[in-house]
Amino acid sequence: MKKSIFYALLLAITLVAPFVFPDFRTQLATLWLMIVVAMTWDMTGGQMGYNSLGNIFFYGTGMYVAALISIGLVHDVGFYNNAARSELMTFTDAQYFTGAIVGIIGAGLFCAITAVVIGYLTFGLRGPYFAIGTLGVAIAAGELVANWDWVGGGQGIALPVYPGNLDVGKLFFYFLFAGTGVALFIFLKWLYTTRFGAAINAIRDDEEKAEAMGIHTLRYKLTTWAMAAFFVGVVGGISAFQLIHFEPLETAYQTINLGIFMVVCVLLGGKGTLWGPIIGAILFHVIKEVTWNYLLGWQWVALGALIVITVVYFQDGVMGWLMHKKPEWFGIRVERKEAPQ
Amino acid sequence: MDQILGNISLLFEFPVVNLKIVIDGVMIGALFALAAYGLALVWGVMNVKNLAQGDFVIAGGYVAWYFSRHGMPPLFGVPLAFVVMWVIGWVVYKLVISRVIERDLFTSLLATFGLAIMMAQIMNLMFGSDTQSIQLKYDTLYFFDGFVDVPIAKLIGVTLASALAIGVILFMKKSRMGQAIRATAQDARAARILGIDTEKVYAFTFSLNAAICGAAGAIIVMVWVIQPFYGISYSIRAFVIVTAAGLGNLPGVIAAGLGIGAAEQYGAHIFGIGYQQAIAVLLLLLVLLYRLIQQRRVRQSLS
Repeated sequence: MKKSIFYALLLAITLVAPFVFPDFRTQLATLWLMIVVAMTWDMTGGQMGYNSLGNIFFYGTGMYVAALISIGLVHDVGFYNNAARSELMTFTDAQYFTGAIVGIIGAGLFCAITAVVIGYLTFGLRGPYFAIGTLGVAIAAGELVANWDWVGGGQGIALPVYPGNLDVGKLFFYFLFAGTGVALFIFLKWLYTTRFGAAINAIRDDEEKAEAMGIHTLRYKLTTWAMAAFFVGVVGGISAFQLIHFEPLETAYQTINLGIFMVVCVLLGGKGTLWGPIIGAILFHVIKEVTWNYLLGWQWVALGALIVITVVYFQDGVMGWLMHKKPEWFGIRVERKEAPQ
Repeated sequence: MDQILGNISLLFEFPVVNLKIVIDGVMIGALFALAAYGLALVWGVMNVKNLAQGDFVIAGGYVAWYFSRHGMPPLFGVPLAFVVMWVIGWVVYKLVISRVIERDLFTSLLATFGLAIMMAQIMNLMFGSDTQSIQLKYDTLYFFDGFVDVPIAKLIGVTLASALAIGVILFMKKSRMGQAIRATAQDARAARILGIDTEKVYAFTFSLNAAICGAAGAIIVMVWVIQPFYGISYSIRAFVIVTAAGLGNLPGVIAAGLGIGAAEQYGAHIFGIGYQQAIAVLLLLLVLLYRLIQQRRVRQSLS
């Protein structure tokens, strides 16, 4: 009973927030983006024990696929991306919205399929090799896309602006992000209680034993990775329409920005827990946005320092710290032994 | 596409172009091999995969560049960068690395990734984001009617790199500290029991690694260009080389270093200079894939 009130309250905050803080709509949308990517990173990193540094690949690919689908439905892609012709080409309202919806869903599906292909090649790599391999995939994809003229090369793609009132547009994107986030949360809350969740936890704890117990580990790893990729691809697609213009290296395949942020969010909040990534993402985003402007050019240095400090000194995160301090909140009973007289 | 085919056919029509590419590649590859050797050293001894490796290289380059701009002869930059980076390496070890050695591998990987971001940004703030280099006033030698040009500066760079490599190898083989490092790499616990202060060995190894990288960077700034954000590509190349060659395999590291230098030059010739970074990363993926197939074969033969 208490729990359902708690969730209803959270949902109410989600729905009301953009109306209470109308100036921060884009900020709140970005916060949801961070929450989604942190939760998806935790699916493989925290729950399955495969620490990827290349999940940003799906974000960038989602952006490109969504943009290309929505352009391709109406215009010739190569012609559209060539030079500044995109200025001259118009989209009707109906074309814009069908393009956006089809593009975003298509981006998710495409990323899920790519994840299976890449996962098939990389999941044999263990530990740090997996992290470096996936990082390599993300960097290589960015570099290749930057050299591919058909998709705009290093210039990137310019999408049409949201038709109609821009304030309504901000709301539209906020609710797209928030909807994805809520759907992902409900999905994961259910998933982690099923047999599937237990199986991927078994893979994390000891892959050889899990395999010996009859779990087809590769199949589980691919499924988890594909589900994570689907959601990252979807938020990538939404970002493409929200940002209007994006380019390959700094926005789409932003390996050292969002790609590393999501890992830091999860570590800050607590790896391998349902709430950890969410708490971490909120903490990280708030800290970043509040301090960013006061650091006068030293932001990135401070960010690097934050990563190092989090990893070295605070790796269990908020949830791990809470679990240590208040184990009874998590249903862990601590037997207190009386000291011998 | 036509251009790529044209570039390939050029290689067959004028075989001497191959020679130029290979010479260029080997010269650059010698420097890659130095950074990779440092990485293999740290990896083997303390099991830390240092993603900030390339940033140590670039930092060494900036040390040499900064002092040569203030009137120091450029060649002194190499020993100077060695010493300065030694100190920086020691500080980094004490602050960060010593606390992640015992933890799982992803921790050290992520901590050094954060370190790489920090170092690149600090260099960006201190020296600006332009590419920099030291111009050496030496001639260029020409062979084969000017098809193959070898700047004397590059020859000096390769000579210095080889001298440094030989020095490090002799140190590892002959000196007491070198023996202690190798003993720790084999079995840290046994080394501790036999009275080796492994903590000191770790600090020494990491400082030595940073110093080697710094010296390599000081050479690179004389024959090539540096920029604050080039670090990551050197880290990736070092990883490619070490992954391909394996740990503790020094001839392999040198061969792989020279090989990747040549492969990159070929790639840049065929696909254009814009793909150079992409080629380095794709080589990494190829090497990882090769390892994977190898491992699968091992597993099948075991079962």
